[in-house]
Amino acid sequence: MTTDAQVTPAPADAAQRGRLRAGLDRAVQGRALPIATVSLAIVLLWYALAVWLNADLQINRFERADQSWTFGELVLATWAQDRPMLPAPHQIVAELNKTVFQTGITSVRSLVYHSWVTLSSTLAGFAIGTLLGILLAVGIVHARALEKSLLPWIISSQTVPILAIAPMIVVVLGAIGLNGLIPKAVISMYLCFFPVAIGMVKGLRAPDPLQMDLMRTYSASRWQTFWMLRWPSSLPFLFASLKVAIAISLVGAIVAELPTGAQAGLGARMLAGSYYGQTIQIWSALVAASVLAASLVGVVALGERWAHRRMGAQP
Amino acid sequence: MNVRIDTTAPTRRALSRPDPWCAATLLLGVLALAFPLGAATDEAAAIGWLDRPGSLVALLALLGGAGLGLARQAGVVRGLGPAGYGFVLLAATALAMATALDVVHDLGAAATRGFWLVVLASWLIAWRAVDGVAAFSVRDLRVQRAVDTVVPAVFGLTLLFLWEVLTVGFGVPQVLLPAPSMIGERIASSTGTLWADFEQTFLKAVLSGYVMGCTAGLMVAVLVDRVAFLKRGLLPLGNLVSALPIVGIAPIMVMWFGFDWQSKAAVVVVMTFFPMLVNTVAGLGAADAQQRELMRSYAAGYWQTLVMLRLPSAMPFVFNALKINSTLALIGAIVAEFFGTPTVGMGFRISTEVGRMNVDMVWAEIAMAALAGSAFYGAVALVERAVTFWHPSFRQRR
Repeated sequence: MTTDAQVTPAPADAAQRGRLRAGLDRAVQGRALPIATVSLAIVLLWYALAVWLNADLQINRFERADQSWTFGELVLATWAQDRPMLPAPHQIVAELNKTVFQTGITSVRSLVYHSWVTLSSTLAGFAIGTLLGILLAVGIVHARALEKSLLPWIISSQTVPILAIAPMIVVVLGAIGLNGLIPKAVISMYLCFFPVAIGMVKGLRAPDPLQMDLMRTYSASRWQTFWMLRWPSSLPFLFASLKVAIAISLVGAIVAELPTGAQAGLGARMLAGSYYGQTIQIWSALVAASVLAASLVGVVALGERWAHRRMGAQP
Repeated sequence: MNVRIDTTAPTRRALSRPDPWCAATLLLGVLALAFPLGAATDEAAAIGWLDRPGSLVALLALLGGAGLGLARQAGVVRGLGPAGYGFVLLAATALAMATALDVVHDLGAAATRGFWLVVLASWLIAWRAVDGVAAFSVRDLRVQRAVDTVVPAVFGLTLLFLWEVLTVGFGVPQVLLPAPSMIGERIASSTGTLWADFEQTFLKAVLSGYVMGCTAGLMVAVLVDRVAFLKRGLLPLGNLVSALPIVGIAPIMVMWFGFDWQSKAAVVVVMTFFPMLVNTVAGLGAADAQQRELMRSYAAGYWQTLVMLRLPSAMPFVFNALKINSTLALIGAIVAEFFGTPTVGMGFRISTEVGRMNVDMVWAEIAMAALAGSAFYGAVALVERAVTFWHPSFRQRR
């Protein structure tokens, strides 16, 4: 397409019109416009919902102040309450701006500080969990007895609502002198070893029998087969699992902060907000957590692309 | 030589190298005989093997099992396959473990080296037994399936055994980790409370939220599927949302819907909605072009095609979401209870009893939550097997 255009240059305005139409087509056919539309609809719906949910409280307040009000005033007032049922998006953005950019990052009021606390335990749990998951998968792939005895338990381990056990893990580990980051990391680890183990079992078995036979004809040892065949062919599965694992690891770290009265972290921030009815604070912590989750998944996706390119995949 | 793969390796290796598990067990067992079972105290002398003939018998059974393994390898004993030998070892292990439990409950923290060596030996032999039974393979699928459940069961029971023996034998404080037997007693003595919590959290919050969330997800997916523009816009957002920490909305839901189960159900609805949406939309695209063309050649309308072709072929995806959601739902409900509940419910009980250091009660709740979660998952899996029996993953292997 592009080379053709260079060989026979069209008149400037025609080309521009063509480009415009192509761009418009792409906008309708592609994802950007639909996503933008749906997002806009959500924001509008949000504002409407904020009016609807906050109206009762606001009318009450007006009546108590013996103040007459018009509908316009009511709407504006519902978007500017101190402790609304549902804060309007711009209130959350303002709170985020205040706690992220206007506050020093070492202050306990700074969301950056709380995000860092949560992030550090997320990453620690993620690292240990990934390692554990890979080790388990390697064991399972190489020993039949391990597969038969361990795999059912790995699967049923996830039907145990670990997040319910979180408070106890924190207390028990606290009793033997482990505080702060480690208990939270343990919970993250428990959540995120599972997708890695399952994905890697699948991935390490991904080489087809022909390839395995080839390795055998080369007289490759188990170790060589593992490094040269099984490991590389499991990488796509590994990264797919890692994306799930890092998201779930963040959930684990946040929830681990809830029941223990943790002093810092996004979970602690939510809990404090819920105690004092600071809805805007809860929502901004929630938004921060979401941004964190999205960027963590994004980083893993970048790593995936890098690894694929290193392995010679077509972009 | 070293390239030889699993199937032939054991028989060849057998001639040169003795089975390490059996050899180690034999060594440990003989070593154990040299030590007393229990330490001497002020009022009693050390407890030797002859004071406890039962444990001596159990130890001899272990030694016999291990010896049999070596004899098998040397070719002295013939006609006993790896699986058969595994079952023989299982019997010896069961005897040894039962005796060890009995001994450790009598001796408590007085158990000494002789005892621990036997525990170690029975663990090794249990592993060897599992290894043997895992090799079991017959044509009859039902028998095979039954034996295949033996392996993880033995593994789980061994873990429980070690947990019990270690906590009792080393006198681990109950606040840190209660023994399984204590947890069992607690479950038996407080069934009323446990049932009330189960009813509040599982029957009211989880089930209602799960049904509502999954139904809503399914219906929105069908709707979205009809409008291509909506599909392109909503799907990436749905994917994004499933990666977000949705449990975070729990405090907000508690604020909106009050302390009772309704707020927990609301959290569950939101948590289960997106996986269902994303999976169903993917599933609705799973029917292949030929099948769709066949429907068109039958002059089937949109709804007929949907009900007769596309929904059935989406079922594997739908059930995938149902299974994911079954665990998510329980997590959501329990976590939401941390933010305020009436004085009943599994999450409430866990957080209050941790505060009172009643750790055995917490473990009882956890055991029940695990049981409920597994049963829920299992039920969904059973329904899946009945509904999507045609799917390749359920065809009989081999």
